[in-house]
Amino acid sequence: MLGLSIKEVSQALKEGRVSATELTRKCINQIKKTSYLNAFITVTEESAMEQAQRADKRLCTGKPLGPLDGVPFSVKDNFCTEYVRTTCASNMLKAFPLFWVRAGSTDGAFGPVRNPWGYASPYREQSLEDPDVDWVITGGSSGGSAAAVAALCSFLALGSDTGGSTRNPGSLCGLVALKPTYGLLSRHGLIPLVNSMDVPGIITRSVHDAAAVLRVLQGRDKKDSTTIQAPDTPPSLPELFDIRDLCIGIPKEYHAPGLSPDSLAQWSRAAAMFEQAGARVQEVSLPHTRYSIVCYHVLCCCEVASNMARFDGLEYGHRSAVDTSTDAINYEHYFKKAQQMRRLISEDFKTVFNSGVDVLLTPTTLSDAARFADFIQEDNRTRSAQEDVFTQPVNMAGLPAVTVPTALSSRGLPIGLQLIGQTLQDWKLLTIAHWMEQQLNFPMINFHTDSNERGEQRERTPTAA
Amino acid sequence: MVIVPQLVGVVGLEIHAQIQSKSKLFSGSQVRFMSPPNSLVSHFDASLPGTLPVLNHRCVEAAVLTGLALNCTINKRSLFDRKHYFYADMPAGFQITQQRIPIAVNGTLVYNHFEGHKWNHGMTKSVKIKQIQLEQDSGKSLHDEERSQTLIDLNRAGVGLMELVMEPDMCGGEEAASAVRELQLILQTLGTCQANMSEGQLRVDANVSVHRPGDPLGVRTEVKNINSVRHLAKAIDYEIQRQMKVLRSGGTVINETRAFDSKSSTTIAMRDKEGLQDYRFMPEPNLPPLFVYETEDSVPAGVDSAQAVVVERLISCLPEMPAQKRMRLVETYDIQLEHSFTLVNEEGLVDYFESVVQKTKAKPRKVIGWVLDDLMRNLNLHNLNVSQSSVNSRPSVFTLVFMSSPVSEEEKASFAHPVISSSGTSLLSRIFSLSCRSVIYEVNFICSLLLVSPLSPEALAQMIDLIESGRISSPVAKQVFQEMWKAPELPVEQIIEERDWWMISDVEQLRALCQRIVDGHPEAVQLIKGGNKRVMNKLIGEIHKVTKGRTDPVQVVAILEEMIF
Repeated sequence: MLGLSIKEVSQALKEGRVSATELTRKCINQIKKTSYLNAFITVTEESAMEQAQRADKRLCTGKPLGPLDGVPFSVKDNFCTEYVRTTCASNMLKAFPLFWVRAGSTDGAFGPVRNPWGYASPYREQSLEDPDVDWVITGGSSGGSAAAVAALCSFLALGSDTGGSTRNPGSLCGLVALKPTYGLLSRHGLIPLVNSMDVPGIITRSVHDAAAVLRVLQGRDKKDSTTIQAPDTPPSLPELFDIRDLCIGIPKEYHAPGLSPDSLAQWSRAAAMFEQAGARVQEVSLPHTRYSIVCYHVLCCCEVASNMARFDGLEYGHRSAVDTSTDAINYEHYFKKAQQMRRLISEDFKTVFNSGVDVLLTPTTLSDAARFADFIQEDNRTRSAQEDVFTQPVNMAGLPAVTVPTALSSRGLPIGLQLIGQTLQDWKLLTIAHWMEQQLNFPMINFHTDSNERGEQRERTPTAA
Repeated sequence: MVIVPQLVGVVGLEIHAQIQSKSKLFSGSQVRFMSPPNSLVSHFDASLPGTLPVLNHRCVEAAVLTGLALNCTINKRSLFDRKHYFYADMPAGFQITQQRIPIAVNGTLVYNHFEGHKWNHGMTKSVKIKQIQLEQDSGKSLHDEERSQTLIDLNRAGVGLMELVMEPDMCGGEEAASAVRELQLILQTLGTCQANMSEGQLRVDANVSVHRPGDPLGVRTEVKNINSVRHLAKAIDYEIQRQMKVLRSGGTVINETRAFDSKSSTTIAMRDKEGLQDYRFMPEPNLPPLFVYETEDSVPAGVDSAQAVVVERLISCLPEMPAQKRMRLVETYDIQLEHSFTLVNEEGLVDYFESVVQKTKAKPRKVIGWVLDDLMRNLNLHNLNVSQSSVNSRPSVFTLVFMSSPVSEEEKASFAHPVISSSGTSLLSRIFSLSCRSVIYEVNFICSLLLVSPLSPEALAQMIDLIESGRISSPVAKQVFQEMWKAPELPVEQIIEERDWWMISDVEQLRALCQRIVDGHPEAVQLIKGGNKRVMNKLIGEIHKVTKGRTDPVQVVAILEEMIF
């Protein structure tokens, strides 16, 4: 039941084959069973059950609030949900009349989130070590949201994507993760990192599910002045789609140092797949790509310094050294230049799309998920530079992008590929992603037997949580 | 011999005008002056994370109206920026303003400057307006020195401001004061700002420097903390003299911020500006460019017409500006220019004057004196306003700062004395009942209902008509006016009747009176007969005295001449 798609579970709810309360109970049980993943910070069990009962009443009378009524979901903990009822009024949340849990992020105060695939059979069967020592990261920063969906704790999750924070963990956890066009989804209630790049991200297990969620969430919100009117969207993605008219661009600059052989192989495989199906696959160039990550970090520092002042204000007595301060010269020399570079990066994409390319196909991450023990060897700056290398140019340009789970690596961990679309062509992007997904046959997660026992043990000894 | 030109002052103003609107610039919180602390604060105003600014179109319209009235070019596309600095009453750590492209640029403010307060030496001058930008107001910090703590009131945080930046086109305090007075009138006429300096709706900072004409501008200082037009003139003039003295004694002027101290009428150094502050200006990423449309037709499809700011629409609702109004008054009523200034300066007075003119047969020139001298003197004496409308738009507000302890009788008396007449005491007692709070807070109270002219235009017109038709004399009318003021409910005829103030128009009665005076002053009569006609005035004076001014001098002279010659 928990592995069903949103479409299937929604149908089951409508037909009364399962009740929302039953479904919610199952999700809560699964959350408890997989608590060792650290995916959740807060589980709003009581209000979730209450809301499930209300959803059941609506479903019984045939008046669901929408296609997602009764479907449990998780939300990254940077969406304001302090007052449950009032945040439901925010556009982000009102579409979901049911329940949420608050999913953690990788580097939060609650400890890192563990990747469910590290507890699945393909990985565990190869590992010789204790799962408490040998476990892999989810990536971030919407790692909790990704883990929640991957571990079958909820059917969808909201993340946020500033430089890849939804696509990166989505890819490492074997999920579909959509970063919509900037302005298509409201940021009201989302605690900002970089306002000009932040978008709420959608994490699901299938492209169809992502499309269903996008359809509900997209559109203009008076409370977010940067939102735009959504283009007309059909009720669902087409099942049959002729790929032959398409042109798939392969940006040569994405052959970055550090790209793992497994990821490169999958990238080539997918490109060949498109070609064999009759699409035109051509190499393209985005010449400013290599400046993007540096430029992204400059803009990040400036906007973060601005956005976070409200939490911190002045630290009295603290004086930054000249080279680390965001003072006058730095702003003129770095911020302005980075903005100019951002424009060039954005122009690169435009040029390529204007030349007839429909979507770009790239890796999402350099490799599959790192072992936690290896991951912490690097400092944060290096890590995020590696993590976001393929994802952040899209945020700089405001374009839609989606990662699609492609295959398992030789280590038994998911590898995803990214499709990048044109502004406001999110639906077309998902249509192509759906075609790709159908060809790829990515496996469903299968927890290793040890892992299942582990969850049950934990459940019996609540102190361990 | 080389003649070195004299040092002269150079003055530019930066003015923050609080926009008169129902809600704040970027949030739905109300804007109200006398509310309990922190009662008008939305999540956005408190800078809670996850909140976003939503532009209030009424504030944009106010800025465009103001721009139009000041002959500005309205930018069809303007931008918002963040200006970063940390202050406790600005919780976001930045202010949203318009640094790169403001809403209006390149305007002029035309004003009249009267040298040495002489009305007939007026000169029309103008000062260039560099730009008008929309920005957020900050909250207020209330410093409780006794407990050495600072309390923050965010009611004002996020209220819309128009910042007007003027070019340094003026050369002295009086000039700057005249310009600000004219600006106040314009803003009040537009209804875009109440423009009361003492209430902080209009905050004027002066940039002052001195140089010799022909030389580059000198180092300037910025003078803040000026809360009236009179203080503005004093602060600027003091600062010019101070800088001249520094230069003459071989010193240099430092680029600094100075505060005006109203007690000593001097300026005091606050902080130096030499270490250039970095505001880390950056585009406000949560607000798209602000578009203003020229005509209804230029509003693009997909934009809600009701939400669009359309210049054409705003031009059509521009009211009569003070300068136009003065011109019209001079032309229509044939009054002197200086009188038109006094009329326009006092809110509601033009309406009052025009209302009297309409209701009386007398020429406007005869009405003006009554309105400007007698009415105004009485209003000022009793601290009253002309009309209710002017009270509502410009409330007489006073501020009381209470400590936690109950207020003593003495303190009450000292608060009450200058503002409120006896009829206001019951309202005062209501305020004092609120006073036992544990924190310092402000009570702003409008005592509007008490402060309106008791004399209606109708009553004044009636009285003037009685002078015109010769039924009362002008000197008597002055007394009638005072009686009407005291007892506005009584009909004017009744006042005159009761006091027997009607003009003596019965010829026989006049003749008898004159006869008595002639008989009583034989020597004077002899002198007049001898050709000394000036002595006639003595006799007229006598009659005036006896009748308490109830005679027409022309008529009296005719009768006397007839009797004597």
